[in-house]
Amino acid sequence: MNTTALEVLQAAFPDACCTTSVEAVVLTVQPAQLEPTLARLKNDPALNFGLLLDVTAVDYLEYPVQQEARFYVVYTLRNWEKNMLVQVRTPVVDPETGIPSATPLWSSANWGEREAYDQYGINFQGHPDLRRILNHWQFQGHPLRKDYNILQGQVCYESDSLEKEIKAQLARNGIGQSLMEDINTEIMYLNLGPSHPATHGAIRILTALDGETILANVNEIGYLHRGFEKTAENRTYNQVIPLTDRLNYCSALMNNIAYAKAVESWLGIEITERAKFMRVILSEFFRVQDHLVCIAANLVDMGGLTNYWYLYNEKEASYDFISRLTGARLTSSFTRVGGMYRDFYEGWEADMEKQLQDIEKGTTDSLKLVLKNRIVHDRTQNVCVMPADRALSYGYTGPCLRASGVPFDLRKDNPYYYYDTFDFTIPLGSKGDIYDRVMIRYEEIFQSISIIRQAMKRIPKGPVTVSDNNVTLPAKAEVHKNIEGLASHFKLVFEGVQVPAGEWYDSFEAANGELGFHFVSDGSGRPYKCKVRPPCFYMMSGFHEMVEGEMIADAVINLGSINIIGGELDR
Amino acid sequence: MALGLEASLGDSVLTTKLDAVINWGRQYSLWPFVYGTACCAIEFMSAAASQLDISRWGAEVVRFSPRQADLLLVCGTISYKQAPVLKQIYEQMPEPKWVVAMGACASSGGIYDNYCTVQGIDTVIPVDVYISGCPPRPEAVLDALMKIQDQIKGETVLKDRHKDFKGILD
Repeated sequence: MNTTALEVLQAAFPDACCTTSVEAVVLTVQPAQLEPTLARLKNDPALNFGLLLDVTAVDYLEYPVQQEARFYVVYTLRNWEKNMLVQVRTPVVDPETGIPSATPLWSSANWGEREAYDQYGINFQGHPDLRRILNHWQFQGHPLRKDYNILQGQVCYESDSLEKEIKAQLARNGIGQSLMEDINTEIMYLNLGPSHPATHGAIRILTALDGETILANVNEIGYLHRGFEKTAENRTYNQVIPLTDRLNYCSALMNNIAYAKAVESWLGIEITERAKFMRVILSEFFRVQDHLVCIAANLVDMGGLTNYWYLYNEKEASYDFISRLTGARLTSSFTRVGGMYRDFYEGWEADMEKQLQDIEKGTTDSLKLVLKNRIVHDRTQNVCVMPADRALSYGYTGPCLRASGVPFDLRKDNPYYYYDTFDFTIPLGSKGDIYDRVMIRYEEIFQSISIIRQAMKRIPKGPVTVSDNNVTLPAKAEVHKNIEGLASHFKLVFEGVQVPAGEWYDSFEAANGELGFHFVSDGSGRPYKCKVRPPCFYMMSGFHEMVEGEMIADAVINLGSINIIGGELDR
Repeated sequence: MALGLEASLGDSVLTTKLDAVINWGRQYSLWPFVYGTACCAIEFMSAAASQLDISRWGAEVVRFSPRQADLLLVCGTISYKQAPVLKQIYEQMPEPKWVVAMGACASSGGIYDNYCTVQGIDTVIPVDVYISGCPPRPEAVLDALMKIQDQIKGETVLKDRHKDFKGILD
């Protein structure tokens, strides 16, 4: 619990209801007070909540405890310098009237509120572009409302043309028909995706071009919306873990760890020492994998196929190692609430060290091709710049925010699993261009390797799960021999880990940035609500600002440099 | 010893059936269109990379234009939002064409039995080979490729495939 944050906020808002939940301070305000509260949180220098992490809503229709209103909207804000986290909740009496939008304060509210509108049908007054984002435009109803049947699929017969949106974006950029006639040219509309080799997944990028220069850009996501959150509401806490694998599938295990950590933080479970170090080693190893794939694909977009083989061969060898380590190549589901699924095999240390050396070699070889390469420099330096203030406003986190020069990393600023005791540095960019984003990933690979080596020296022997049979499965011998073991095994499998009622948010520094989970529990073994705060989603929302005014080919490599992963973006 | 027509034409001419020669050509020069949407696409990348090297089956010429491809590899989840795009791409591919549904999601919706996921792409377009797994190992992609090659061997060029297919979007 963060007592300073609570004191600061109680002093600032003496009339408001302030509580704490895990690390966040929760402020509940009435809709009339929402706008001034958010404005003060952002603009008051003593509070300075510059980062709007996430916007979501909760539907209390089936919640056992009666609430003031059926819907609540929750804004999650962070003061990254002082490590303060606040969640502002407000009841929504009538979803059609809704509540005032936070878009004038933070640009990230744009997509965040659109998602809350799409999934819960809550109106945000004054929102510039309130339309569906994850579901298709012909969709009827709002799927995350509790009275929407999970199996009720709706066929989409035609893709949205986005004509209105691109014209509106052109107008916002001050380009009208008369201007184009004056310079005797025509705007060319070019659509990339959703199936295009440059989109690295299913994203649609619609551009309005003058020659090769992008005048306006509108992006459509949701093509890989797989209903993670609705499905999670129908699973026990441990059954959600395989779903988390498929969020950011380039670093699947980091999502497992982030999820398990979030549930454990509310249960108040302290996992075993060995499990902590295993999690550090695995998450850093997967950070390396994620960066390898990101850089490899990005350099292919630039035409540097050789780099791809240098980097991808190491990734491929690592996957073989990972399948020995966890049992699966890609989607390992290796964590459980309360620890890890299994211990590593005997002699994994030597294999890990060999793998790290190979990765160092592959990365160094690739760096030799990139570091002094004039073509790479010309194509990436000062291209698609994201200044720090805009990056913060769009809710950027992770390598992309650090590329803009903001030294925020949860491993340093809000350390967990002994990260404060490891010796590592956070690489920072100076400009926020594509070059910085690529180079930061190269450097983070070396930093992560260093963390893994330190953790391998310190990892103790011992159990990998806590021995509380309300949380983790008892040993098989117990299940077969005595009735208590059998009963707790049965209860855990059928009913899930019983999680006390409440709401909380917990976050983790994933390869792409802050990966957060917002839970609402009704006291049962299944999450009443489980919202993911995906780092990619907010990075994609600022994409148009980076590419407008640049060339179309720059947009392609820029998309690679912010590392958009469809599973996490659309969930 | 040559028989029939070959006997009277000398050593320089071979005769064969049209089906056999065309299918032989088609079998070993499949040009895949990778419709990669999710995790399975990462495993396809591994199948194409140096360790497994899909070019050993003559299928390394990955095209991203449907008009230049004859093998549609659907790697990943198809949502209802994406279904019309998939159908359009399938229709843009010239005949003859084959479709592989890679992974549990493309084959049946996989673990996503919910409001937004198409429960198997065979409700939208006809499928020739299904690959199980979530995601399948890259070796399974090669296995599917060999299955398609076997299938091509037994086909005849005279018959249109999947002419009367009706999906949810038709």
